[in-house]
Amino acid sequence: MTWLRHAWRVATIPAYSILLAFAIAAILILVSSVFTPTGFDPLLPIAAYLRLLIGAFGSTTGLTNTLVAAAPLMFGGLAVGIGLKAGLFNIGVAGQFLVGAFASAVVGTSLAQAPTVVGMPAAMLAGAAAGAFFGFIPGYLKARTGAHEVVTTIMLNNVALLILTWAVNDLVRAPGYSFPRTGEIGLAALPVLAGRNLHLGIVLAVATIFIVRWILDRTTLGFEIKTVGLNPDAARYAGMRPVFITALTMTLSGLLAGLAGAIQMLGVIGFYAPGITAGVGFDSIAVALLGRSDPIGILFAALLFGAFRAGAPLMQIETSVPIEVIDIIQALVILFLAADLIVRKVFRVRAEKVQIREMATVTGSWAGPAAGGKAP
Amino acid sequence: MLEMRAITKRFPGGTLANDGIELDLRAGEIHALLGENGAGKTTLMNILYGLVTPDEGEIRIDGRPVTIHDPADAIARGIGMVHQHFMLVPVLSVAENVVLGQEVTRGPQLLDRAAAVRRIRDLAERLGFPIDPTARVDQLSVGQQQRVEILKAIYRDARILVLDEPTAVLTPQETREIFTVLRRLREAGTSIIFISHKLDEVLEIADRVTVIRRGRVVGSRRPAETNEAELAELMVGREVSLRVDRGSSHPGDVVLEATGLRASDDRRHEVVRGVDLVVRAGEIVGIAGVAGNGQEELVECLVGLRRPNAGSVRLGDRDITSASVDGRRDLGVAFVPADRHRFGLVLPYSVRDNVVLTRYAEPPYAGGLGGFMRQEDACEADATRLIAEFDVRTPSAAVAAGTLSGGNQQKLVVAREFRHDLRLMVLDQPTRGLDVGSIEFIHKQVIARRDAGVAVLLVSAELDEILDLSDRILVMFRGRIVGSFAASEAQREKVGLLMATGEART
Amino acid sequence: MDILLIPRLVWELLVYLLEVMPDLLPIILALATPLALGALCGVLNERSGVVNIGIEGIMLMAAFFGYLTGFALHENIGPGPAVVAGVVVAVATGALLGLLHAWLSVTVRADQIIAGTMMNIAALGVTGYLNRLIITPSGKGGAGVMAPLQLSPELTGFPVLGPILAMFLNQGPIAMTVIVFVLVTQFALFRTRWGLRTRAVGEHPRAADTVGIDVFRQRYINVVVGCAIAGLAGAYLTLESTGAFQNGMTGGRGFIALAAMIFGRWTPIGSFLGALLFGTATAFGVVVSVHPAEGDLGALLKAIPTYWYAALPYLITIVILAGVVGRSRPPAADGVPYAKEGRA
Repeated sequence: MTWLRHAWRVATIPAYSILLAFAIAAILILVSSVFTPTGFDPLLPIAAYLRLLIGAFGSTTGLTNTLVAAAPLMFGGLAVGIGLKAGLFNIGVAGQFLVGAFASAVVGTSLAQAPTVVGMPAAMLAGAAAGAFFGFIPGYLKARTGAHEVVTTIMLNNVALLILTWAVNDLVRAPGYSFPRTGEIGLAALPVLAGRNLHLGIVLAVATIFIVRWILDRTTLGFEIKTVGLNPDAARYAGMRPVFITALTMTLSGLLAGLAGAIQMLGVIGFYAPGITAGVGFDSIAVALLGRSDPIGILFAALLFGAFRAGAPLMQIETSVPIEVIDIIQALVILFLAADLIVRKVFRVRAEKVQIREMATVTGSWAGPAAGGKAP
Repeated sequence: MLEMRAITKRFPGGTLANDGIELDLRAGEIHALLGENGAGKTTLMNILYGLVTPDEGEIRIDGRPVTIHDPADAIARGIGMVHQHFMLVPVLSVAENVVLGQEVTRGPQLLDRAAAVRRIRDLAERLGFPIDPTARVDQLSVGQQQRVEILKAIYRDARILVLDEPTAVLTPQETREIFTVLRRLREAGTSIIFISHKLDEVLEIADRVTVIRRGRVVGSRRPAETNEAELAELMVGREVSLRVDRGSSHPGDVVLEATGLRASDDRRHEVVRGVDLVVRAGEIVGIAGVAGNGQEELVECLVGLRRPNAGSVRLGDRDITSASVDGRRDLGVAFVPADRHRFGLVLPYSVRDNVVLTRYAEPPYAGGLGGFMRQEDACEADATRLIAEFDVRTPSAAVAAGTLSGGNQQKLVVAREFRHDLRLMVLDQPTRGLDVGSIEFIHKQVIARRDAGVAVLLVSAELDEILDLSDRILVMFRGRIVGSFAASEAQREKVGLLMATGEART
Repeated sequence: MDILLIPRLVWELLVYLLEVMPDLLPIILALATPLALGALCGVLNERSGVVNIGIEGIMLMAAFFGYLTGFALHENIGPGPAVVAGVVVAVATGALLGLLHAWLSVTVRADQIIAGTMMNIAALGVTGYLNRLIITPSGKGGAGVMAPLQLSPELTGFPVLGPILAMFLNQGPIAMTVIVFVLVTQFALFRTRWGLRTRAVGEHPRAADTVGIDVFRQRYINVVVGCAIAGLAGAYLTLESTGAFQNGMTGGRGFIALAAMIFGRWTPIGSFLGALLFGTATAFGVVVSVHPAEGDLGALLKAIPTYWYAALPYLITIVILAGVVGRSRPPAADGVPYAKEGRA
């Protein structure tokens, strides 16, 4: 039972933050309902949240959708989380996701006829490699020049969007479609394990959670990553190479984000076209922050936000409450996590802090060379 | 004119910093507040200056009780303070720093620079030291910066001036100059509270001395009626030997040799300008110098944290100029950094992880999968052994290093670095901020290693520590070694003069 | 290989630039305006020691609420007053969000990068939500725009001086006054009591505190005023530049603005030059497609896909950031919350 008590102590603030976020969002739904044709409806928030729950958990399809939506969030959350462990804030998961999805689509198309055991892993690897490369760029720039990843990764998100749109228009456009897109991935798709779309990627995502946890907790690489994140100067003193670790961790982060794109491509979307959603990007940040950048925390946070994403369409169809309310709830959760003072005041709780210590390193390197940057 | 009655302050965590302290200050006197680091002197003065709110007690000025909520209140009541760590904005000019908060303006907002410069120049001349009001503060020497601090207080018409450890960063010459300024201020009617833990200075400058120990006043004396030994006993609570027994040294082969070393600081100014030095096995070489004369960068070059612009570093017969930090460590180089929070420890990590911080990737602390796996049992065993050996007070090896006291944190760093297979130890401020007991302990450890044949390079801002421990003393000034003394011929005054001017005789 | 190719290309580029100058210059300022205002917000925030990466979100929200106001009022009170009301609301939105950021960064001492991230996500959510709920179903569009001034062709036709005049005056009211904002901020930062205190608080808040300056108050003022200016940038996007709102229309401008600020070494004038640089990169892409060049240069420029031109400002941001950071120094206390230890 002690582990249960420990779990509650760790989860208190996040749980209350979510509760509070829903409460504030309910007020917003109420107030904004005045401006709709249907007019003010005091029961609207309850109706909306009920549909959200039913959409996410109310049926086998709903549950499957929740898991399917959670899988890329696990990869994306891990991407942001492992970056945070090294004192890096990767807000470029959206871009890395897109290049990962694109690369796996292209390779998947070319191996569409090959056996799944060949085509699928090859396409996954391509996505991982593309994401890793796209993470390496800001990682290298941070390590070498001190250009802060918060700005460079956002810029690369836009670059990815534009360049991939060009690529799918001019380079790899499949013939026979009315709009620019890649071809069919055929046998390279992730096998469906059960139901309509419960694909293998979910298993891979959960497995990756434990692999990352093992790396961080049990290996010397994990020790190096954590030391650089907590105190880059001490890492240098200890003989580690923060410059190298920074570039490597950002590459790993990009790799995980690229895998998020790959499993989404090979398990759900099936082809790359301009405008495919990269909402996983911002969701991943929320997942990592809610999970306190801890792999197990990320597992639960991804399931939760996966449920929101899975349930939101039903909510919008049946109650006309826009799905963007999920973004608002996400922002509010982050707000209450950042300002846990509010939660403590409202619920009168004394619980463990949720602040991520490594954020001090992230903010400390703002606009200046990382502390490890002046290594010889 | 100032009375502090029954001042009590308890910090979160339970430390009783001030426990019913009584202090009174008469007009035109210099009143010294004497105590060890951590005795509560600074807390008391921060209460007076409105930086800390007391839990209990009363402050009276000219007989009337006053409440001081913040520094603005203190300034309004004529209290000025020169903090131990200067409260100056480095990138602003002297004039801007002095007027900050009480700016000379034309209209409500427009700064009148010319008027400010004029007023400050007048004020400085009145106090008897020239200063350029348009100079940027980060271009000034430490002694000049201190004058800016005094100017700030006098500009605000301070009648009560508090100086917190004003001589800690000064050379003996600068100290004498500041004493002249203080005496001049006293003659002009300013009352001065002088905080220090240096007995000789207190006896020289003060009209009265109040000694504080562990947050309580333990005695008040007039200099004429007391002596160093009595004050020391009051301050520490037991009789202490003020000098360590160093014994004699038996230098052997050359272990460390630096030739023509040049290096730049983080702002790319060259601050080490051609240093040659040699440290032999079994001797302690001390580098004396006012902080900021390139010692920090020199040390970082020697241990591999900074790449020199020119010159070479040799360990025995190996050139290690471009060897990495861990490469040097493997060759037997230990390093106790000046700033244990910045370099020495990862505060959120457990004591255990900090103990293996520098050797985490070596067997037996790592092994399996090609040395990729950490071996926690080996780390734990090592931590337990070192905790016992160096008397680190901690509940267990699993608690975070950040929860330990400063002294125990320093012991943890020292314990980690003082391994058995050492050839060279580089110690930068190894005892900064520690209590007397811990200092004694660490000094004894250093001497023991020396006697075992380790070469020791000691850098310290405390001239006394250098004089007490070193077999040979080098003086560093503006990036160069300007003097070398054998321990027997190193006189305080001579070393101090070199530290201050870079010349043996002016 | 024609050995004269490179010199010829350079020559053709110069001629081409001179030719398109009258078109190019006004576009540059128009494109630089939101960046310059955003960068001013960054300067005011960071000079006082508060990092704000939420400028993007603040711009977006201000753009939306300004637009919403114009959209709701222009049938009742006429397009002109509606647009003015929209600008006021946008600036107020910026100030209000600034108050939130200040509260989080200064009072609560939350991590400032997380607070900014929250702002950006919230902005996407709130504007997307209300857009779908209110504006899209109405089927109506447009809040009107503030019409730009048009100088007479005789004036702008004047060689060299004409295009420069057009650059600053053939603009709507917000773009026209950017330069005033920049100069006033520069002067205020380095010549006034407020500016001196701002710099002191951003460099060494404890030193400022010990001379009786209210660090919290100073930071609050700076963040709120700065974010109000970011609100004006938002108003520019919807009420002066395009007259419409699209989800996520800020498109990273808030972050490019931060790059411009770093490029300008945290000074208003430097940041403005940085913004002009990014404006030039974007404007070039626009002009090339409108006025295709001729000869070898034309062939070369046409060979580059338009998507690459569109990506140019983002790529330049990265390159500039990588090249400039390390050579410029942020305010020493940037991003570090101030704690008054031991005071009740």
